[in-house]
Amino acid sequence: MLQDFEFVGLLGAITFTIPIVTLLIAWFLRPKKPNPAKQETYESGMQTIGDTWVRFKVQYYIYALIFVVFDIEAVFLFPFAVALNQLPLYTLMWVIIFILLLFDGLLYAWRKGALHWS
Amino acid sequence: MSFDPSQFPFMEIAFWVMTVLALGGGIGVVASKNLFHSALFLIVSLFGVSGYYVLLSAGFLAVVQVMVYAGAIAVLILFAIMFSRRPMEKVSQANHQWWLALLMAVLLFAVLVGIVGLVDWPTDGGPEPAAAATTVQQLGVAFLGSYLIPFMVVSILLSVALIGAIMLAREKLEAEEMN
Amino acid sequence: MQVIIDFLVSLNIPYVTEGVARFIVLLVFAGVVAVAAPAGLIILTWLERKIIARIQDRLGPNRAGPFGWLQAFADMIKMFTKEDITPANADRASYNIAPGLAVFSSIMVFAVIPFAPGFAGTYMNVGLLYIIAIGGLGSIAILMAGWSSNNKYSLLGAFRAVAMLLTYEVPMVMALVIVAIATGSMSLVAVTEAQGSMWYVVSMPLVFLIFFLSGVAEVGRSPFDLIEAESEIIAGFHTEYSGIKFGLFMIAEYVHMFALSFFAAVLFFGGWQIPFINVATLPFPIGSILGFLSLIVKVFFFVFVMMWLRGTLPRFRIDQLLDFGWKFLVPLTLVLLIASAFVVRLFSPGSSTGIPVAPGPLSGLGTAGEIIALLITNLVIAVLTMVMVASAARRSRNQALRAVSGVEPMPAGQPGK
Repeated sequence: MLQDFEFVGLLGAITFTIPIVTLLIAWFLRPKKPNPAKQETYESGMQTIGDTWVRFKVQYYIYALIFVVFDIEAVFLFPFAVALNQLPLYTLMWVIIFILLLFDGLLYAWRKGALHWS
Repeated sequence: MSFDPSQFPFMEIAFWVMTVLALGGGIGVVASKNLFHSALFLIVSLFGVSGYYVLLSAGFLAVVQVMVYAGAIAVLILFAIMFSRRPMEKVSQANHQWWLALLMAVLLFAVLVGIVGLVDWPTDGGPEPAAAATTVQQLGVAFLGSYLIPFMVVSILLSVALIGAIMLAREKLEAEEMN
Repeated sequence: MQVIIDFLVSLNIPYVTEGVARFIVLLVFAGVVAVAAPAGLIILTWLERKIIARIQDRLGPNRAGPFGWLQAFADMIKMFTKEDITPANADRASYNIAPGLAVFSSIMVFAVIPFAPGFAGTYMNVGLLYIIAIGGLGSIAILMAGWSSNNKYSLLGAFRAVAMLLTYEVPMVMALVIVAIATGSMSLVAVTEAQGSMWYVVSMPLVFLIFFLSGVAEVGRSPFDLIEAESEIIAGFHTEYSGIKFGLFMIAEYVHMFALSFFAAVLFFGGWQIPFINVATLPFPIGSILGFLSLIVKVFFFVFVMMWLRGTLPRFRIDQLLDFGWKFLVPLTLVLLIASAFVVRLFSPGSSTGIPVAPGPLSGLGTAGEIIALLITNLVIAVLTMVMVASAARRSRNQALRAVSGVEPMPAGQPGK
């Protein structure tokens, strides 16, 4: 098992250096003329109005939350998928209940309007 | 000096790299003055833990750790931080009770080290882990066999968490619908 | 690859044992992969501009070199020499790390892809999960970029981008679970080998469609490209990036697109398998080269399809996208999952070693029966879904009609009375 990750480690080490090398090359090649006007935050050519503050929209958080739940569901479904042929047929019923319970949560969110992007 | 490549301490190097990631990340979470950076250090620390799982031949756990923690829960934490803070806001990490916190931390550390020292850790490495291809399969069989009840409880837990979160968020949602 | 390792060992160079030879071969392979992935960018950008141009009835770049081949190099030189304008009050560390992280996560997924029979970098048995895990890092990179730019629009763009990424990751993951169900393993090498009898696109077309759609949304290509829609949110989360850092984001996007094509080819179109030829049994250079070529052909087919989609379809709005993802794709994929699990279990051959399990009731019909059953299941679910969606659409259209104009809508199937 550990041997399988050898290649991942090697590729990771090499890939890690690619952005660094790229940035270094660019640092040598490009002009450096800082100027206050250039460094202002971009707001379609105007002066920025107000702080960089975005209003809290519950929607984003709910999407992330539902995603966490389905991600964990997938974590449990993968071993089931791999072991499917070793399992007696009636265990499928339990997995269906598992999926339906989580789907139930999604339906609740749908009906209560939590999935509606205002 | 003879150089024998098969004795090259790969495992040790990997172990120390993961330790730096895990512990360094942990220290960064606590010591960083910027909340966003703390969250990023947490992600680094989670990667370190995932590396430990790889070293222990638990490939499935390692990948699940990255997928669930660094991929989903970290995003959740980052969302919460990004919505509630201005960028570059500096947070002081000390208050006037820091001596009490230090005392409790040292005590906790002493207790944990004592417990770890009392255990008789086997030094022969233990039984060989099962062949890689069958580990996940054994997990699957266990989930729907001897560990069926925890499996179903997990699904109930998840759906309760989801429904609970939606219920809590409903007031905010309705307030936004008004606007 | 074992062949090359054995050859190196047989040369009897001092200190080169099996382990060392393996390390060297893997290192060279990793180097090739790490360089080829962004180098594919050069081909992809040229292809994209030419294909989109032809779809739009114009020529595309044809000045820099013959047929515009050197255009990508010109762009690269331009990116390297542009001044790097960092906004004031930007969070320097995150600002600089974000593009690197995006590129890192895009290239790392190539670690598990089997390029040819015997030429997979790693045979890890959690390959499918690895893809999802590394892909998830991309969302972190986007959030870092949006936040550290200290710009309202970057932040908003980053949130919208991540919301869309999270939404479409669920159907993609579920489609991968279905592939794991059909194969009995999470290793991509096993998936490729299991398609020796029949490619999964033939037995599970609907699953392939869902996977490809979700994948295109994940990459952020048209028609799902509201992340970079210039008319809407300026340039989204990479508004404040200039020069090579912006270039790195572009590299990350194109490499991600390349990776998605590889996955579609490996998971559903048989990877290095060639129909009617058993590539794995051919002798070393011929089998591997043929397999690799067949994989490349399939990959560039998918690349072409993605560019075709970009040139043809208008883009979706964010609320249409999110509704489509959560309210249509996720329930559909869950239903498909249950149905596929049923079918595969019914046809399973059982096992007498390990855990003794009786074969499934229909196992007498063999793999051909399984393939046909899966195909029928996919088609039935597709037809049922379309009927349900059509009737729901008609209902909502009639409702709207009644509400707006008070006119009683015509019953279906009676045109122009």
